[in-house]
Order: sequence, then structure tokens, then C-alpha cells
Amino acid sequence: MEGSVGCDNDLNLRATELRLGLPGTEPVSIVRSNKRSLQQVADDDCGVNGCKSDDQNETAPPPPKAQIVGWPPIRSYRKNNIQTKKNESEGGGIYVKVSMDGAPYLRKIDLKIYSGYPELLQAIENMFKFTIGEYSEREGYKGSDYAPTYEDKDGDWMLVGDVPWEMFITSCKRLRIMKGSEARGLGCGV
Amino acid sequence: MQKKMAYSFPDEVLEQVFSFIQSDKDRNAVSLVCKSWDEIERWCRRKVFIGNCYAVSPRMVIRRFPEVRSIKLKGKPHFADFNLVPDGWGGYVLPWIAEMAGAYPWLEEIRLKRMVVTDESLELIAKSFKNFKVLVLFSCEGFSTDGLAAIAASCKNLRELDLRESEVDDLSGHWLAHFPETCTSLVSLNISCLRSDEVSFSALERLVGRCPNLRSLRLNRAVTLDKIANILRRAPQLVDFGTGYYAAELQPDVFSNLAGAFSSCKELKSLSGFWDVVPAYLPALYSICPRLTSLNLSYATIQSPDLIKLVSHCPRLQRLLVLDYVEDSGLEELASSCKDLQELRVFPSDPFGAEPNVSLTEQGLVAVSLGCPKLRSVLYFCRRMSNAALVTIAQNRPNLTRFRLCIIEPKTPDYLTLEPLDVGFGAIVEHCKDLRRLSLSGLLTDHVFEYIGTYGKKLEMLSVAFAGDSDLGLHHVLSGCESLRKLEIRDCPFGDKALLANAAKLETMRSLWMSSCAVSFGACKLLGQKMPKLNVEVIDETEPPDSRPESCPVDKLYIYRSVAGPRFDMPPFVWTMGEAVRILH
Repeated sequence: MEGSVGCDNDLNLRATELRLGLPGTEPVSIVRSNKRSLQQVADDDCGVNGCKSDDQNETAPPPPKAQIVGWPPIRSYRKNNIQTKKNESEGGGIYVKVSMDGAPYLRKIDLKIYSGYPELLQAIENMFKFTIGEYSEREGYKGSDYAPTYEDKDGDWMLVGDVPWEMFITSCKRLRIMKGSEARGLGCGV
Repeated sequence: MQKKMAYSFPDEVLEQVFSFIQSDKDRNAVSLVCKSWDEIERWCRRKVFIGNCYAVSPRMVIRRFPEVRSIKLKGKPHFADFNLVPDGWGGYVLPWIAEMAGAYPWLEEIRLKRMVVTDESLELIAKSFKNFKVLVLFSCEGFSTDGLAAIAASCKNLRELDLRESEVDDLSGHWLAHFPETCTSLVSLNISCLRSDEVSFSALERLVGRCPNLRSLRLNRAVTLDKIANILRRAPQLVDFGTGYYAAELQPDVFSNLAGAFSSCKELKSLSGFWDVVPAYLPALYSICPRLTSLNLSYATIQSPDLIKLVSHCPRLQRLLVLDYVEDSGLEELASSCKDLQELRVFPSDPFGAEPNVSLTEQGLVAVSLGCPKLRSVLYFCRRMSNAALVTIAQNRPNLTRFRLCIIEPKTPDYLTLEPLDVGFGAIVEHCKDLRRLSLSGLLTDHVFEYIGTYGKKLEMLSVAFAGDSDLGLHHVLSGCESLRKLEIRDCPFGDKALLANAAKLETMRSLWMSSCAVSFGACKLLGQKMPKLNVEVIDETEPPDSRPESCPVDKLYIYRSVAGPRFDMPPFVWTMGEAVRILH
């Protein structure tokens, strides 16, 4: 019963964490840690290592827009309804223009039909008959003169592959396959 | 003197008098007058409402009220609606059905909310109650269409089958065919929650056609637009109708058939459903719009101009549920067209989007508060609010009884001044003296709770999230809100002090929910020990609370008063705090 130094299994919390929600739904990341970092808890006489929140969590910047369990307070069947609507109302797809530097005309693809980056890039490669190269977080796309980029909601040109897929397809407005020196500039971790 | 008075009326006369007293509160008061009234009353009580199925045991209810015909039970706490209560927590109806099967053979009505209902329970109902008439399963789960088939087949006098918002394992639409041809007694049928795309349409049509008293019919998405006309023509006496799909390619003959069918329903006052609406089909409703008092368009992704057109045809509207596609402009139109409006609910079309996708702000709500003098009940999701707007709303509408505001981003301040919204909500509780239900959101300090404790004297239910600074906030509410019955709190820095200082208050309430707050395990244990009439349940799915120091906060806490003692159907992740040393599990 006694003996545990702190109330956090700080090291392996994520691994052993049960999460609320239906199987197959997106994992919810922050709730449990959030509550530990409340001012009140920090002030409690919890002992030395007591109830302090996960150190990692305090110093790291909050992940962008992670969903909080049960917020906003909407019933599941409404949420499901909205999701279905979103999928259907987009005419069944998210169509974006794809341009390639040097190509005479643009193409359009439906982002919804791909389940992730590999399929998307494969499709673009096939469409324009070229190879994109290997993606790495550090160096972008190596081994090719091309870099796939996209324009996001803010109007900025971003390298394809940096953000989670779901975030990408909702923020991508158009795609552009950059070529040559411009491309190399993007891909080289400058 | 009074004793003589009581005995001067024979029991039968008193019974007759009591039969005119329908409200539970009044009945309870009657039973407190004297022992003989208590005795007479309990034998003639026909309806029982149990707001928390764990507050009392089935046997206790049966012992006190031996001749009940109608029972209403509620199970899980409200926050279960938002997935905050883990699956398996409880709320099983089977034990109740099992006991009542023996004790109440003449039971006619069962109404359940947020309970776990199994096919076994449904089959037991079908078997046990020969005169069964009404089954309402509101936000329930755990059963399938097989259980419904049993009800349909066995309940010869079934009047109401209402599955509103329940989660049903929809195995096949064929269960409808289990209603025997001799069943003509249906008054209300609500199957809108059934999710499968199959429904035995011919069985449905025949059923509707042979029930002349059918007043309320809510279909599910499986029923396509072209079929609606057929159904309506078989039931022109409908008062409440829920469409299925309301989308199809626009075809003139389908349209005119539909319009004709609607216009033949002279009693129709309430509409709902409208999944996937094609705006071009909305004018089919125009002939009945002038009579409409209730309209639920909260699944309809139609845009503001189409909504405005529809709403402007409904001057008698009292209740409107709609998505935020209505926008401020639509609400302004509503405010000018619908002077009888009493209830407004605006749901978010894109609740998880980072930015607003529609132009719906606090202005819409202000407009409605100004234009609709009978407005009493509000549920409003939006992305920005100001104290000024809230004060205006409060001053415009002091007759508000329910005010639930959800500003989508937690801790959003007044967008004009960047201050907390304490003053705004304070104005709501101060001006709306009959406010019974309040949900808070936005950036809020302990001050808002001071206002609530000071002015919220009629407040019965309060929902709080991401608000407050300290225990003082909770203390204001618990010590000030005299009528408080249900309090639900999440993600607030409320801890032990306020809870323990107001322990006695908890016995006057139905329940208290606190999750992601700062109440320590030690305090929970203390509360459990000191207050035997409370069930103090600690819920933690990751590890037992006693594997950590006592000073650590518990994940979730559910406290409710009970005369039944701790329950024994708890899953492994729920602990009831009990006597001195051990923790009941």
C-alpha cells in the first residue's frame, strides 16, 4: 500500500495509461497530466516528490490543439453525426490542386482517399512520373531534386510530412512539387 | 384536534383526494402529515421517481410503495454524456426489473435515463408485466433490437416505445415485424437513434397504418425521403414527427407528394430528424410551418439563408434546436419572427476546429434575448463572449430558468476586455431569480462563485469546468446555493477544505461529481467514514487510489446520498469509501 514515492509513474505513464474513449478513436494526450499541474496540487503538502506534475510536462510547450476528453460537452451521437457530415459534405473528398515546377498543367487529387503520407507521395510520384526521395524529420526529402510542399491555411508554404496526417489534410490548401535549388534549400535542414 | 380530523375521513375518501395530487413533492409532503396519511398515501402511490438508482434499493421502494404502476429511474451521472464516466461504472436496471417482476405484476410504465439495459432486462419486462404500456429508454445502452423484438411481440397494449438518444445494437430492422397485427394501441414510437440502414419499411408502414392513436412518430435515417409521404398519409393525426433522411435528388413529383402529405397533417406541431437536408425540399414544410411549435434542426447542415427562410415561416415556434450555421443573422431573424420562443439550443457544427467556421457570436444570443420575451431556456455553444453581452442578456431576460453557455475554448476571457467573465455570469444569477440550471464556461475566478452563492438561491443544477482559483469557489457554492441538488465539476482547483467544511450539505443534494480536481484520497476516506448516508465513490481507471499517498488527488469522485448503503455492483476501478480501516471494493 505505502512506499511509492510519488503519485506519478512519471517514466512510463504513457505506456501504461488507459485512455478514455472508444477503441479506434484518436488517442487523447494531455488530460491526466494537465490536472497534475494545477497550482493547487503543487501547493499541497504532498511530500518531496509527492504530487508534482510530470516534469516533462511543465517545461515542454503544450502540444497543439490536443483534444480534451469530454470537451466541448457534446453527446457522442452528435459528434459522430458531425464527423459523418464533414466527410459527406465535402462532396466525399478534399480536392486540392497539385502543381509541379516545370509541368505544363496542374492536377487535382482527393486527399481523403489516402490514409497517410506514403500513399499520397506514391500517387504524386505516379502522376508526375518522378521520385521524391526519402523523408526524414531532420533533413526533409533526400535523394531527389524534388520536395513536396503545400500551402496551409495561413498561406505559408510547408514541407509535406512534418505534421500528423489528419492535421495535414485539414490544413492543406494546395500542393506544389518544388524542383531544383529551391527544393534543395527546403530539404536541407538549414 | 388534527388526529380527529384525519380519522373523520374514511380511507377511501382520502385516497380519492390524494389521487388528485400528482406531483412527487406534494405526495411526499402528504406522507409527512401523520402516520395514517403516510399509510394511506403509500398504498395509493402509483408513480415513483428515483433520481439516482443507487440512492435506494428496489426492495425498499417495493416495501414502501406496494402498488406502483409507473416508475422512472435515472442511473449514470450527467457527465457520462461526455464520456467522463468509464464504461462499466454501473447503472444496471436488471436488478430493478427482477424485483419488480415479482412485486408489481401490474406495472405499466418504465422510464429510464442513462441506465444500462440488457436484452435480458427487456425480455423480462416483456414476460412479467401483462399490462405493460410505456417504455422510455432515454440515453440508455446495452441492448439490441432482439430485446426490442421481445417487447414488440409480447406487450399487447403497448402505447409508447421511445428509444430517444439510446445506443442500440441494431442487428436488423426486422424487429418491427414482431408487433402483432393485433397491436393497434401505439401512441408514440421513437426509433430515431437506430443506426442501421435497414428498417423493415413495410412492417413500419403497416404498424403506423393500424394505430389510429399514433401521435408521435420519430423515424431513423434508414427511412428515405420518398418514403415519408407514405407514412404521413397513413398517420395524418400525428402531432410530432421525426423525419428520416431528408435528402434526395430534387424531383418534382416527390416534392409535391411530400408537400401534399405534410399539408394533410393538420395537427402536426413538432418536427425533428432532418439528417442530411437538401434545402430544396424544405418548402414542402411551408404549409405546416405556421402551426409548428417545436423544430429540431440540430442535425441539419443547412446554411443560414435557408434556415432564415424556414424559420420566418414559423411564427408560433416555441422551441428551436439548430446548428451554429444559423449564424448571428439567422438568430436576428428568429428574434424578429418568433415572439413565442421559449427554448433555444445552438450546437456547434465544428466543435474541434481551431477557428470559427461560421459567423456566430454572442450577438446572436443577445438579439434573441432582446426579441423573444418568453425565452426561458438557453443552450448556446459559441467561441467568444463578453461581460457586457451577458449583462445585457440578463437584464433583457430575467425570466430565464435554464442558462447553459459553452464557450468552446476553455478559459476564454471576455474578448473585449480580456477580463474573466465573472461579472457577466454574476449578472445572470442576480437578475434571473428563477434560474434553476446553469452551466458556466470561459475564464472564471472565485468571484463568479461568490455571485452564484449569493444570488443563486433557486439554482438546482450547476455545471462547472476549468474555472475558479481555490477552495473558496466551491465553498461559496456549497454554502450559498440553498436549492442545489446536482453539482458537477471538472478540471477546477477545488480541494479538500471546501468539501469537508460543507460535508453536511452533501446530504441535502442528490449528487456531486468532481473530476480532475484537487480532492485528496485522504479527504475522500474521511468523508466516507464520517458520512454514512453518503456513498463516496472514487473512480480511477489506472491504479487503486491507495497505491499512492493519501494526499494525492483522486482522478474522479462521485458522491451521492443514499439510504441503501454502498453498492456491490462496482467494477474494479470504483471504490466506495467506507468504515475506518478498509476500503470497500
